[in-house]
Amino acid sequence: MSETLSPFTPLYNGEATDYEGLRPIPQEIFFSTILAGVERGMRVASYFGLAPTAGAPTGLIAILADDTGARLWLGRTVIAGARFPSLTPSCAQLHLFEREIAEQTGLIPDGHPWLKPVRYALPLAGGGAAASREGRKPPAIGVTEFFRVEGEEVHEVGVGPIHAGVIEPGHFRFQCHGEHVFHLEISLGYQHRGIEEALPGGPHPITARQMETVAGDTSIGHGWAYVQNLEALGGLRVSPRAQVIRGIALELERLANHTGDLGALAGDVGYLPTQSFCGRLRGDFLNMTALICGNRFGRDLLTPGGVRFDVDAAMAEELSRRLEAASRDVTEAVELLWQTPSVLARFENIGTVSFEQCLEVGLVGPVARACGVERDVRSDHPFGIYQFTTIPPVTAHYGDVNSRAYVRWLEMQRSIGFLRERLASLAAGTAPRAEAVPPQRGAGPLAPGRLACALIEGWRGEICHVALTDGAGRFLRYKITDPSFHNWFGLALALRDQQISDFPICNKSFNLSYCGHDL
Amino acid sequence: MNTWRLVEGSLHLLLLLGLPPLLPGVINKTKALMAGRVGPPVLQGYYDLAKLFRKGMVFSRTTTWVFKAGPVVAWVTTVLAGLLVPLMHHAPPAAFAGDMVLLVYLLALGRFFMAAAALDTGSPFEGMGAAREVSYASLAEPALFLGFIAMAKLTGSLSLAGMFSGTLPEGWSGAAAALVLVTASWFIVLLAENSRIPFDDPNTHLELTMIHEVMVLDHSGPALGLIEHGAAMKLFIFGALVLDVLIPVTTGDPWLDWALLLAGVLLLAVLIGLVESSMARLRLNNIPKLLVAACLLALFGVILLMV
Repeated sequence: MSETLSPFTPLYNGEATDYEGLRPIPQEIFFSTILAGVERGMRVASYFGLAPTAGAPTGLIAILADDTGARLWLGRTVIAGARFPSLTPSCAQLHLFEREIAEQTGLIPDGHPWLKPVRYALPLAGGGAAASREGRKPPAIGVTEFFRVEGEEVHEVGVGPIHAGVIEPGHFRFQCHGEHVFHLEISLGYQHRGIEEALPGGPHPITARQMETVAGDTSIGHGWAYVQNLEALGGLRVSPRAQVIRGIALELERLANHTGDLGALAGDVGYLPTQSFCGRLRGDFLNMTALICGNRFGRDLLTPGGVRFDVDAAMAEELSRRLEAASRDVTEAVELLWQTPSVLARFENIGTVSFEQCLEVGLVGPVARACGVERDVRSDHPFGIYQFTTIPPVTAHYGDVNSRAYVRWLEMQRSIGFLRERLASLAAGTAPRAEAVPPQRGAGPLAPGRLACALIEGWRGEICHVALTDGAGRFLRYKITDPSFHNWFGLALALRDQQISDFPICNKSFNLSYCGHDL
Repeated sequence: MNTWRLVEGSLHLLLLLGLPPLLPGVINKTKALMAGRVGPPVLQGYYDLAKLFRKGMVFSRTTTWVFKAGPVVAWVTTVLAGLLVPLMHHAPPAAFAGDMVLLVYLLALGRFFMAAAALDTGSPFEGMGAAREVSYASLAEPALFLGFIAMAKLTGSLSLAGMFSGTLPEGWSGAAAALVLVTASWFIVLLAENSRIPFDDPNTHLELTMIHEVMVLDHSGPALGLIEHGAAMKLFIFGALVLDVLIPVTTGDPWLDWALLLAGVLLLAVLIGLVESSMARLRLNNIPKLLVAACLLALFGVILLMV
């Protein structure tokens, strides 16, 4: 792979760069560079529109991730008119980004194969075509042109947004022939809360809290991405000890959620032993986080410059003890899955996403690794503790439900190993001694006119936060990309030519966030 | 003698109506204990029924009288079917030659009305559930009938009472292999007809995977109560049939026989709980294969008796 992607600007994960001095790239070159980057194996980590200030034209910002070179490439352009050329026909992973740009700024991507609303939301304040949000009502949710298969024996099954179980709202449309699914269309937006709309002019006192609830089950992941951006913009250093504790919290979050997912997968095929045990064990991992900071999801553990709660030797010993007990139990519960033929019969060769499809639509996280794509921010763009201690990524090869379950289990084992070492060093006092809890609260003033990008490998995959500051050091724009944003389309692909009754296990094997997507 | 018939008949009806809600409770308790949970009380089925019968009903505007008739017809046909089935050594209140045909068709009539009620809602799920229910039932019925043919061949009787209360004990010494095959086949039919794992998961909330449960999503209050009670009765009826073949003995004391029946039914519930605790559900497209296997088991039972 070539080293540069000129005229884009190189950037490292967790770094801030001059934004005001960043020259807009002429349109044609901007778009051809994105295509060239993707052609060379890079991924689009973020691509968004910038609401103009005071009549200036709308800007577009793209950040490409070069996973082998551990670098990010930042490009900026301005769109003079109300339209820009759509790259989706030649680069499928942009399809949702372009739909989002169209919705948030009013710019029309010319040639987009299927321009539909993403969240049924109003354009961002000041957005191009929609100069004002005043007096406008958002479009009626879920009303759009859905894909239809015509034919006498074809029928359509619509599920949701209200479901029989206690899950988040989302609308799923199946085009079926009997039990056979030709196509699944997923329509979201019911959880849209306006997080990005609330951020310009920030950070506000409540922003940290909002970030931890972008997706409530990924509090540490999104919280970390946010504080990492504040640290980059505010020039704060994080003590090595705080990095260790952050790493512990992130891996505990991964363990709790992967455990819950494996239990839920077992439950979906009616296999009770693993379901019941994993349900309890998920709580054990959550309680370990609660031991550190008093909250099971790790809310308020992270603060710019460090963490708000130190882990002393006694607590590290207690955590080690609990980790060993939980890891023993979870091994027993999960191994049952691979030993039960009736479970494997339900997991194997169901909901397959191929290696090529995965690259084409830009899947991330365990879902991508289950397709054999070695893609993990912790090793590709190391941040925090992972710069010093690597967790090698694990992959599976078949891209089916079984692979997605098995990758989770392998990752859990790696996470347990990581925690074991870190906790032992904290207990023995060999971990870095420097103060983990910074003396100040908050980030202090942010540098004006800069752009920071933070990538975090949450348990679902790559979380990307991009922060831009204005001349006064306030947020000009804050863009959040949850891993679910990349992966929902993967679920639609997985359902092609499957049985409709296998949708629940396919869905559970992805376990994507509705609110993380809807923001 | 007639008084005794009356007592037996009343006991039969009492058990048929009163005992079934206990069975799901026992199954769920077994599953909970196997999973290391406390689980709901064994009597939860009765509490649920008491709650449902106190509630009001909600009817969708798209539904017609068919929707309301479904649960009622299904419940009545199940009660009538229950009156035809011998409870181990106790003859049923009603018996005549060929009553097994009536038994199967009463159950089919109830199913027809439930499926019609499901279609009446116009919901795609319910239509899907109804389609699944009737297609699997059409494969379960032959297994049941083949079992009856084997029993008729063995005992020379065309009535359920004749099959199970007379000469069957000798059958076990002479044609045990055929009876084992029929028992196995009927146990599979029991699991399928009562939407238990591995055919269906009565505890699931995933509407796309349901078979029986999805058909009743729109029913509420007393109508749902009738459906739940009817489903429990059906489990009891199939349980009694399996026990009729499996334990065709009499202790000589009728009261002891009743106690034996109770113990047998409860043990069967525990057994179902154990099956559900130890395996996952089948993929829907594999269900017909298992049902065909059940038919073949019964068929081989018949063949064994022919030679």
